[in-house]
Amino acid sequence: MMQDPSNLLVLALVLPVAGLLLALVVGGRYAGRIALWLMPVGLAIAVMLVVSVIRADDALVYDLGGWMPPLGVALRADGLSAIFILTTVAVIGATGIFARTEFRTLPGQPETRTSLTFWALLLALWGALNLVFLSNDLFSLFVALELLTFSAIPLVCLDGRAGTLAAGLRYLLFALFGSVLYLLGAVLLYGAYGTLDIGLLSGLVRPEPVAWGAAALMTVGLMAKTALFPLHFWLPPAHAGAPAAASAVLSALVIKASLFLIVRLWFDAMPALMNPTAAQVLATLGAAAILFGSVLALRQARLKLLIAYSTVAQIGYLFLIFPLIVRPESGSFAAADLYTELAATVVSTSAWSGGVLQAVSHAFAKAAMFMAAGLIAQSLGHDRIADLSSIGRALPITVLAFALAGMSLMGLPPSGGFAAKWLLLTATIETGQWWWALVILGGGLLTGGYLFRVLAPALFGSRQSVTLRAPVARYREVVVLALALCSVLLGFVRLGAFDLVQIGRLAKAGMGLP
Amino acid sequence: MISTTTLFGLSSVILVGLGLFGLIVNPQPLRKILAFNLLGSGVFLLFGVIARRGAGAGLNSDPVPQALVITGLVVAFAATALAVALLLRLFQETGQAITLDTEDPSIHAPARSNDP
Amino acid sequence: MTLALAVDIGLTLLVLAVACWTLAVRDTFTSVIGFVAYGLLLALIWVRLAAPDVALTEAAMGSGLTGLLLLGAAARLQNAKNISAPPGLALRWVAGVLCALVSAGLAAMVLLLPDPAPTLAPAVVAHLPATGLGNPVTGVLLAYRAIDTLLEAVVLLPALLGVWSLAADRDWGGAPRLRYHRPDGALTLLAQVLPPFGIIVGIYLCWNGADQPGGAFQGGAVLAAMWALILTAGLAEAPPVSRRWLRWLLVAGSAVFLVIGLAGIGFADAFLAYPAGYAKPLILTIELVLTLSIAVALGLLIAGPPTRTPS
Repeated sequence: MMQDPSNLLVLALVLPVAGLLLALVVGGRYAGRIALWLMPVGLAIAVMLVVSVIRADDALVYDLGGWMPPLGVALRADGLSAIFILTTVAVIGATGIFARTEFRTLPGQPETRTSLTFWALLLALWGALNLVFLSNDLFSLFVALELLTFSAIPLVCLDGRAGTLAAGLRYLLFALFGSVLYLLGAVLLYGAYGTLDIGLLSGLVRPEPVAWGAAALMTVGLMAKTALFPLHFWLPPAHAGAPAAASAVLSALVIKASLFLIVRLWFDAMPALMNPTAAQVLATLGAAAILFGSVLALRQARLKLLIAYSTVAQIGYLFLIFPLIVRPESGSFAAADLYTELAATVVSTSAWSGGVLQAVSHAFAKAAMFMAAGLIAQSLGHDRIADLSSIGRALPITVLAFALAGMSLMGLPPSGGFAAKWLLLTATIETGQWWWALVILGGGLLTGGYLFRVLAPALFGSRQSVTLRAPVARYREVVVLALALCSVLLGFVRLGAFDLVQIGRLAKAGMGLP
Repeated sequence: MISTTTLFGLSSVILVGLGLFGLIVNPQPLRKILAFNLLGSGVFLLFGVIARRGAGAGLNSDPVPQALVITGLVVAFAATALAVALLLRLFQETGQAITLDTEDPSIHAPARSNDP
Repeated sequence: MTLALAVDIGLTLLVLAVACWTLAVRDTFTSVIGFVAYGLLLALIWVRLAAPDVALTEAAMGSGLTGLLLLGAAARLQNAKNISAPPGLALRWVAGVLCALVSAGLAAMVLLLPDPAPTLAPAVVAHLPATGLGNPVTGVLLAYRAIDTLLEAVVLLPALLGVWSLAADRDWGGAPRLRYHRPDGALTLLAQVLPPFGIIVGIYLCWNGADQPGGAFQGGAVLAAMWALILTAGLAEAPPVSRRWLRWLLVAGSAVFLVIGLAGIGFADAFLAYPAGYAKPLILTIELVLTLSIAVALGLLIAGPPTRTPS
């Protein structure tokens, strides 16, 4: 059975789910161990998946139960899915090591609450993410989004304080609102075209009112889950209130799942709808998120809230890719050859590569920052930015990791964030949309501003000695540093490797048409 | 003359509007949860109408949307249960129904690690 | 106008009126009761839409279980002070206009749906003999789109873990306690009389789901409702959440489904495929175990987080 690489799609899905079932049965004493054992296996599967996709030079497809769409449900892994699955297991694996001793049942003691729930929910979250990246069916994706929501929200309020409970409840209401709108859009698409399969829809969806309505509903719903401005209100308290390990996963991965689906919808499921106006609207919201999120990050008094607002801002960059992929000048063409024209306008590969690199490097950087903030908070007993003076002396590795991750967020060379923003800038020039270049550069400056607010006193503070309330385990600092280094080293990845992004893109198929 | 499917289709979209309104306007979390259920039922009903329109091959209704609605109802119930549990715990913590409009959860950093 | 259409119009107006009332009424408890009635009326609409399976699920889950859950919550929150002010008149108007626009836009889309409607009904019917099933909805749930049903059963687990995680640390390992009300005569009587019938109905629904309307979720929902009723009336206690057998019961449905699905890779063509000739017995096995697991999960979702405080 291993000869067929498409079995990897099933394995990527089954592994975390089986882990969840097993963890629940054996209980909190062994749940963490199960999760930590499954993560290397998951990493191997993800690497094999990436290799298989590159080797096949096409998307891998698996018809579940042997039933082909539209009746059945297909899994599909293209280059984009493979990259996100690999990123997911890397970040979740690092989180697992980071949280290894934080949530456990001590020998001889009865099972504790968090030793079961944290690990089981982490496994469920991992499975949900893999399903989001692999499923090619709009309804299975709805179930995946709900699985993701149900695993993410309890992680937010794991400490049970009123503040985090309120944040969790608000997150849940936003997430449910988003899911319902998404489902409504999927229902309309089924009503109009009789299928929920993304591949089949791509050939059927015409620019007509029902399709527009469905696209709008689904996009707004997914925006609420991604926390794109102006639907971002739920994010900062939820991400800042969660335990550091959970914040890392939430900010690095969970919000990207719904973003991934927005990309899937517009470029894969309904390429005929993708037009310059829609792209400009999405990018305008993204630009607003960059500026608004960064300015609010500048004004935060607490480190974790600053990092959370930074997520609101960094999400914005990912929405800039829409107009950079769809050229504005292609707006004028005869309605007759609509499809070939639109397919042909999907040209800029640097925007694709830049967007994906931004998503991946932000995932590593943000996970590192939240974990670093968690270590700082644990050792000081607070995370007030004003009182972080000279913390670099006491926790050099942690602060170094924070600085490296920050470098990537700001887009300083040679980091992954730099390469990403460089590619996006190139794309703005290629497509003649200089105004987005201003947003990218302005956002970088603001990011520098809020990070220096933290780093300048932390590194060059005048306090001679900092007394730590609690020691920090060295291996946890190393995990944080490794994540930050990943984010930086992504800048050295040969750009050719990002051709992987283009493998199996559905829209590309249409480009060959005369 | 209006057909049954059109009639139910139109009422489903009114239910969606009503649920959306309740979700936005009502400040009490439990009423928001209730409005969410109303909204969801409107969406499911629309799917049912689409199923009925797809009657054929000897069936009075397309079975695929029916199956999906059954799945959706279970998911909606699980969501409601989680939301209610969160709300009750929050009530237990604060002793009063809560406002959800806090910007800062005002949590000081968790200093409760079991690190050796 | 035919009689059937007149009935449908009456039903529609009634549903909309109850929905409005549920939203508008001031008292939350009353509002929840309105919601239960709304769910039952909606089940009637599902019958009119030729979807008896959905009607059963709506009545059992949408109205029954959700109603029980919300009633319990409303009772517990009765003393709650509402500290957030209702939004101002301007915001209400803006929201109202916005929602009306959404409804109007959706209405236009409903009217614009293609005619004849696209449908998968012929495909479902054409392949149903291969599954050995008589009920096309069960065919979709357990064969064509088995992945959704598997994930569906899995989704209940993180939701339940989420509910459990809301316990205080010291309460972990305790049992959920559902008694909101003092046991009164009527409730106790109901909890004594109804469950035997309910359990028979639940098992029947599950068993019958292969060929007639019914199936794992409906059966599970009815069983769960009976269990919740017994717990609410205080006639039985929920088991402590740390019990190993309880955990096994919870995962059994998904685990059996997953194992049979994986066996499909070797013995049939694909994950979640059934070997030719064995489809029906395998599906019935899955449904049976799934019913049990779903009933336990749904019941525990209503029962809430574990606690150790004595009543």
